[in-house]
Amino acid sequence: MAAPLTLLLIVAVTIRAVLFRSSLAELISARVEVVSPLNAWKRVVEGLALLDLGVSPYSGDVFHETPLMIYLFHFTVDYAEIVFIVSAYFFRKQKYALESDRYSADCLELLRSPKEMFYIPLKVAMFYLLNPFTILSCVAKSTCGLNNAIIALFIFCTLKGSALLSGILLALATYQSIYPLTLFAPALLFFLQRLYIPVNLRRSSFWFFTLQYAFMYVGSLVVITGLSFFLLGSWDFIPSVYGFIFSVPDLTPNIGLFWYFFAEMFEHFRLFFSCVFQINVFFYTIPLSIKLKEHPVFLIFMQIAIISIFKSYPTVGDVALYMAFLPAWSHLYRFLRNIFLVSCVLLACSALFPVLWHLWIYAGSANSNFYYAITLLFNFGQVKVFTTTWLTNCEWKNRWRNKVSLFINLY
Amino acid sequence: DSDPVGFDSLDLNERRGRSTDAELDRRDGTRTSEALTPAAAARDEFQEELVIRPLHSGDIYASFQFRTLWDTDFLQEGQKVSHYRLFPKSLGQVLSKFSVRELHISFTQGFWRTMQWGQPFIPSPPGAELWVWFHDTVSDVDGNWKELTNVLSGIFCASLNFIDLTNTVQPSASFKPLGLGNATDHRFLRYATLPREIVCTENLTPWKKLLPCGSKAGLAVLLKSEKLFHSSFHSQAVHIRPVCQDEQCTSKAWELRQTLNVVFDLYTAGQGKKEWSLFKMFSRTLTEACPLATSSKVYVDITDNPELFELSPATPLLSQAVVLGDRRTYSVYDLSRAETFGQLRSLNLLLRWKGDGEMLRPLLHAERYVAGFGLQTGEIHTVIYNNHPYRAFPVLLMDSVPWYLQLYIHTLTVTSKSRDNKPSYIHYQPAKDRHRPHLLEMLIQLPPHSMTEVTVQFERALLKWTEYTPDPNHGFYVGSSVVSALVPSMVAMNTNFTQDQPLFSSFVPVKEESSYFVRVYTEPLLVNLPTPDFSMPYNVICLTCTVVAVGYGSFYNLLTRTFQVDEPSLPLAKRLANLIRRIRGVPLLT
Repeated sequence: MAAPLTLLLIVAVTIRAVLFRSSLAELISARVEVVSPLNAWKRVVEGLALLDLGVSPYSGDVFHETPLMIYLFHFTVDYAEIVFIVSAYFFRKQKYALESDRYSADCLELLRSPKEMFYIPLKVAMFYLLNPFTILSCVAKSTCGLNNAIIALFIFCTLKGSALLSGILLALATYQSIYPLTLFAPALLFFLQRLYIPVNLRRSSFWFFTLQYAFMYVGSLVVITGLSFFLLGSWDFIPSVYGFIFSVPDLTPNIGLFWYFFAEMFEHFRLFFSCVFQINVFFYTIPLSIKLKEHPVFLIFMQIAIISIFKSYPTVGDVALYMAFLPAWSHLYRFLRNIFLVSCVLLACSALFPVLWHLWIYAGSANSNFYYAITLLFNFGQVKVFTTTWLTNCEWKNRWRNKVSLFINLY
Repeated sequence: DSDPVGFDSLDLNERRGRSTDAELDRRDGTRTSEALTPAAAARDEFQEELVIRPLHSGDIYASFQFRTLWDTDFLQEGQKVSHYRLFPKSLGQVLSKFSVRELHISFTQGFWRTMQWGQPFIPSPPGAELWVWFHDTVSDVDGNWKELTNVLSGIFCASLNFIDLTNTVQPSASFKPLGLGNATDHRFLRYATLPREIVCTENLTPWKKLLPCGSKAGLAVLLKSEKLFHSSFHSQAVHIRPVCQDEQCTSKAWELRQTLNVVFDLYTAGQGKKEWSLFKMFSRTLTEACPLATSSKVYVDITDNPELFELSPATPLLSQAVVLGDRRTYSVYDLSRAETFGQLRSLNLLLRWKGDGEMLRPLLHAERYVAGFGLQTGEIHTVIYNNHPYRAFPVLLMDSVPWYLQLYIHTLTVTSKSRDNKPSYIHYQPAKDRHRPHLLEMLIQLPPHSMTEVTVQFERALLKWTEYTPDPNHGFYVGSSVVSALVPSMVAMNTNFTQDQPLFSSFVPVKEESSYFVRVYTEPLLVNLPTPDFSMPYNVICLTCTVVAVGYGSFYNLLTRTFQVDEPSLPLAKRLANLIRRIRGVPLLT
């Protein structure tokens, strides 16, 4: 296993290094699909320049990174490329560990041979490292890669069973962008499952562990936020980072659904629709947790997918994060409906994004509706990907349980 | 302007009569206002002057200045001024209500071409510009500013109400007070420009009404709008500031200067001949001085090519002045003397000159343009020229960029003679979306005889559909940059303060002999922003909500669905069909 993994790593690093040094790096770091106002490298440099000028980086509306990020890059700005490649490496390592540990209870199912299971970590690592989206995101030096690395580390720690580390990393991920808050529930469910504590609201052991984990998580979050306050000496970063994520004032086009919606909305309904869109990300947690409480890892996948699609400033780096999980469910490939159609839609949209952007912004022969249409289609395709995965997972479980052929009338 | 005849004379007499009223009031002793000053009469003073300067390119530059000195105590708490003589009441009330210390407002149509026309006496940027210093007693400067802009908008019939916090800045170094006062806390300064503002007769009429003689007598009779606006450059301004009355500054006064600069084009107004007359320029001639003026003069600049210059009617009066670092000679026509008007009782100056003289190259000059292509990013380039052959001097560059062009200050580069030139002072206030614009002020040392280029990259934002103007594809204006400098002078400047100094040389206080103050405005920029489709709000809401609903619907479906084994039970029709099939021996239906 080590040899193919190392080979994969070398190939991935080579590709990234080559692209870093080429002229494409600048082109890629300006693409709106790859960077967003939240995680663009240009804005990190701008924030550092403002700090050098003696102006608070949060006094303007250009910089929306957290203070810890400023200080991380303050010291490593010259080696930024290395930082990003290292984070990709961590991610891979965590994915590898993840897969080797998962579903140990379900290994008995004969539909998945041990041989298949053996190769899953490698496939996951390959899916992530060689995914063009990830490569683009890394070459653009978008801080999305760092966020992904933190989430991967969090998953790793969760699967390894270390509640404290998992809490700390989840706090760090939440501090970076609010949305990983929803990953609290699946992590909790995983620990409960691992410790054989039944998920029963009347049992004290359930509450005891929940409170323990919540305390670790909230405590780390408070510590990290307090540390940020002391780093810059003011609470300016809270409206600048979290207020920015929730109120969506910047309408720069991206691959998500928010920008054109808020550009074309009637002023009267702005608050209402902002609340609706943000609630949309969070409120699937409880129903999903109830439905998928025996499968916390799948729940993590679902949550990450929901975050990536419905967050306020998505980029292709977020898409790559949940796509990396797909090989973990390679036993479902046989049963995925419409997979060809959906993959074609996603591929076509990925190809059309830069074309229609060019036509709108540079050639002037298209207008914003073209780009918006592709956005709609891309998000529709993403929704179809993970609902199809989920549906197939349900079917497969059921099929396995009943060991009979089923006819499911869907439509 | 078309007042009935009887009313005109009544107006003038009324104004004359006001002075007698003041004396009556003083005798009465009933007024407790400032009219109880011990001086014999309120020493309001009014001076008017016109400077005509033929330009090198054949155009002609006429600059009117009307100055009213209002001798009154400065605003103190509780003392309200209610007696106005020559100073217009509307402006006096504005000053007292909003605790204004200095007010400068200008309306300009056209762009001043420094390289062809030299330096103007009083520079102004295209569009409307307003900058105000408030008293330090003001507690809510922003509130005062907002009300002030609305009141001025009414006084001048201009849309100054578009000035709000999104285009107001507080420059820290570029706009120091031009009058008395040494307070330099820039929290009390507000500066705004409206580059899109158009100037027309509607703005000229209320401006003329502020003059003591109106447009009935004196130099203001020349201000006819159909000729004034048929020009390359037209700028009218009002400057109010506190000044000293004399050298020792024992008493202070409010000074109101109304200036009007106009450049007539050789070809459109001059029919291609370098022969100008007052009638050709203004379609009027001068008949009398304003009776309320203590001095009323016309200066004609004859420094260039004196032998080739022909000026009639001839005048014996000559005056020399050092203005803008150059010693100029002027022929003076004193309108308060009856013999100026000659037998016809009207003065129509005729200027004729042949040949091209040498124009003094302006020492400081600036240009600005937008580089880049597409609607995503761009670059603002400001180019400043120092044409002095051997002296280097520092300039202060102030840029105010609207918030929807996001500047990236780490891309700021200043190069002189293709080498990096680091500014010694940078004050940068980044913009807050929809709240305030960018403010960038830099002190740059310009090497002698060089070109300095300042570049900064920006990104164009997509705005909400309601934030676009009705003509969004026209583009968005970025106000002019301001370059302020103390330019080294070839000729010693006059630092003495004399009462009979011509107005055009006494506008900017001269602190030292070796340099003079110059302010250069660059062109405003016109930048296109990406636009959404304005016909689409309802469609966008529907389509986006559809995609979200697809996601929600699939989730709901999968969350609430239970999977069950479907017992194969055939309906009656199929069972009968199966029976027949069994007989036939073909495969059965499922």
